[in-house]
Amino acid sequence: MTVTSAKKDGDTLLQIEDLHVDFLTDRGWTNVVAGVSFDVGPGEIVGLVGESGSGKSVTSLSVLRLLPDAYARTPSGRVLYQGRDLIGMPARALRDIRGNEISMIFQEPMTSLNPAFTIGDQIAEVYRRHKGGSRRAAFARAAEMLDLVGIPDAGSRVKDYPHEFSGGMRQRAMIAMALACEPKLLIADEPATALDVTVQAQIVALLSRLRDETGCGILFITHDLGLVVELADRVVVMYAGEVVETAAALDLYNAPKHPYTAGLLSAMPHLGVRGKELPTIPGRTPEPWRMPEGCRFSPRCGYTSDECVAAPPALRIVEAGRSARCCRTEQLRLVGSP
Amino acid sequence: MSIKKVGPSEPGPEPGPVADSGPASKAESGPASKAEPGPTAGTGSLVDVRDVSVVFRKRRTLAAARQVRAVNDVTFHIAEGETFGLVGESGSGKSTTGRALLKLVPTVSGSIKVAGHDVTALHGGALRRARRSMQMVFQDPYSSLDPSATVAASIAEPLIVHERLSARAARTRVHELIEMVGLRASYADRYPYEFSGGQRQRLAIARAIALNPRFVVCDEAVSALDVSTQNQVINLLERLRSEFKLTYLFIAHDLAIVRHISHRVGVMYLGRIVETGPAERVYSAPAHPYTQALLSAIPDPRRESERIVLEGDLPDPAKPPVGCPFQTRCRFVMDVCRQQVPEHTAVEGGGEVACHLQTSGPTLAGSPLNDLAPTRVAAAP
Repeated sequence: MTVTSAKKDGDTLLQIEDLHVDFLTDRGWTNVVAGVSFDVGPGEIVGLVGESGSGKSVTSLSVLRLLPDAYARTPSGRVLYQGRDLIGMPARALRDIRGNEISMIFQEPMTSLNPAFTIGDQIAEVYRRHKGGSRRAAFARAAEMLDLVGIPDAGSRVKDYPHEFSGGMRQRAMIAMALACEPKLLIADEPATALDVTVQAQIVALLSRLRDETGCGILFITHDLGLVVELADRVVVMYAGEVVETAAALDLYNAPKHPYTAGLLSAMPHLGVRGKELPTIPGRTPEPWRMPEGCRFSPRCGYTSDECVAAPPALRIVEAGRSARCCRTEQLRLVGSP
Repeated sequence: MSIKKVGPSEPGPEPGPVADSGPASKAESGPASKAEPGPTAGTGSLVDVRDVSVVFRKRRTLAAARQVRAVNDVTFHIAEGETFGLVGESGSGKSTTGRALLKLVPTVSGSIKVAGHDVTALHGGALRRARRSMQMVFQDPYSSLDPSATVAASIAEPLIVHERLSARAARTRVHELIEMVGLRASYADRYPYEFSGGQRQRLAIARAIALNPRFVVCDEAVSALDVSTQNQVINLLERLRSEFKLTYLFIAHDLAIVRHISHRVGVMYLGRIVETGPAERVYSAPAHPYTQALLSAIPDPRRESERIVLEGDLPDPAKPPVGCPFQTRCRFVMDVCRQQVPEHTAVEGGGEVACHLQTSGPTLAGSPLNDLAPTRVAAAP
C-alpha cells in the first residue's frame, strides 16, 4: 500500500476547509459538522470513519451540496475541487460537475436506481447528459461499464431492470453509473454496508482495482474501521461533528493517537477472544444540541484531565503526516489493534 | 424399596445421569439417528432440531405458485447453557430457522424440541404456555418496541398476559428488569423514541427475559448497532446467560461477533447447514470451502494469506442447483458435486461438514482445507 499525503499545492483533488454544517431542528439551527478539514489527492483512497451521529455522511453529502437548502446550511467553510469552491458555485455549474467529474454511490442501491427504467437506460442517461453523443453510443458505453465492474454477460444484462439484479449486482451497476463519465473523484457512502460479507469483499476489491485502472480518487465513508484500513491509503476519523484523527491507514491501525480511535480499534470484534468481556466505550455519542464542554470526547474518555474540559482541543499535527485532536496524546500510551 | 430392587440387578452407571437429563435422554435412547450430533448431545440438550424443513410458497400473478425451500433438512442441537451461533448470508435461511424454533413459521417436516416441549406438535394454549420458556430478540429495536407505548407498558405486557401480575407487582418487576439490563428504573415511563439504538436493544432484551425463559433466539440482535454499543450489548447478553443459565441461538452474519459469543457454530448456505463444530475448530480450521471464504471475507489489514473473493451471488433459492448447494461458487468443485448432495461427515476436532471433498476428494482425505489448491482459478473481481 502506497501512502501519499498529497499535501503539495496543486496536487490536491478535493480540499475541505473548516466546513460547518447546521441543521434546522425543533431547537432551531443546530450545528452538526463543526470545522471539518481534510483533503483527497488524485488516485488516493481516503477513508472517512465514524459512528452514527459523527457527521461523516453529512460531510460527504455537503461536498456535492446534496442536503436540502430548507433544512441545512453551510455557514462557513470551503469545499475546493481542483481549486474551485463548490459551496459558492452557481447551481448550474455544479450540475456539470455532479455525476461527471465527481460522482457518488450510496448505501442502498435499490433506492438509488429507478425501478421503471433498465439499468442500461440509467447509465446511458448520465453519460449523454455530460458527454452527449448518440443514444446508441451511450448504450454501448453502458454495456462497456457493466463489463468493467464485472457483470457477466454485460451485453444482454444491460437491458435488465433493477429488480432482475441481485443486491451485489445493483451496487456494481451503481458503480458503473458513477464511473461512466470517468470522474476524477468518487464519493462512496457506505457502499458495502447493506451487502453480505462475501459480496462486500467483491465490492471493496472492485473499488481498489478501479482506482488502480482509472486513477480516480475515492472518498470512502464507512463505520467499519477494519474495512477502511484494508482499503484506504489514509483515514480520517470523525466524532461528534469533528475530525479527531487523521493518519496513514496502517499507522492508525497500529498506533492510534486519539483515545476515541484507540477505543474503536479495541472494540472491533477480533477473532480469538472468546469468553472475555469485550472492551467498550462507555456512554454514547452526544446529541448535537448538548455538546460537552471542552473536548467533545471527554465524558467518555478514560484519560480525561482538567485541561481536556477547560478548552476544546485543536486538531494538531502530532507526527509527520498525522494529526490528532487530543491535548494529552503525547502523555498517553495508546495501543493499536491487537 | 423399588430402588433397592433395581440397584443390584443393574449396577451400571446408567440410571443416575439419565434421570435428570430430561427430554434429551429420550432422544438419546431412541433409534440412533443418521446425523448423530456431537459429543455434548447426551448431556442435556435443551434444543434438539432434527431434519427440519420450511417451505415458503410464493404466489405470482399469471404464473403457478412456486416453492422456496428456505430451510432444508436442518439438524443441530444446543446444550443447556450453551450458545450456538448460526451464521450465513442473507437468504441462507438462518433467520427462518430461528423463527421455526419458536413456531413463528410452520415447518413441513422434522422435529423440534425446546426445553422439553415438542414445538412442532404444539397448538393454541399449550403453545402459548410453552412460549414462556422461549423468547426472541430481533435485529431492529426501532420496530420491535411499540412506539406509542411507554417502555414500561411494553415490558409489562408479557408479565400481565402470562403471569397475571397485578399492575403494581408488574411495575416492580419492570423496574427490576430495566435495572438488570443496565438502565435506570426511572426510564420506565419514557417512550422508545427517547432512547438510543443500544438502549432500545437493552429494553428489548429486558422484555425477552421478563418471563425467565430458558431459551432465547437472538436474531441479528447487535447488527444494527455501532461497534462501541455492540460490545456493551454482547457483554450484557453474556452476563445474563451466566446469571440465569440461559441458552442462546445467536443468529448473525458477522462472523467475528459470532466467534466471540458462541461455543459452537453452524454455517448455513442456501437453506442447509454446511458445517457445524466448536467455534475454535471452525474458525481455525474450516472444513467447508464456503466457511473458508466467509472467514476470508472478514476485513483484516494484516492479512498474510491471499483473500478469497467468491465469484457471483447466492443462487435463486427457488431454483437451487442439483447436488451441493455451494457448487456454483466453489473453488474446488468436482463432478460429484453436481450430482449428489454431500452427506454430513465428522470432522477432526469436532463437528460435521457436508462436503464431497471430505469423502470423495482426490487430495483432501483429512488434510486441512487451507492446504488445498483450487481447481478453478478466480477471475478478476
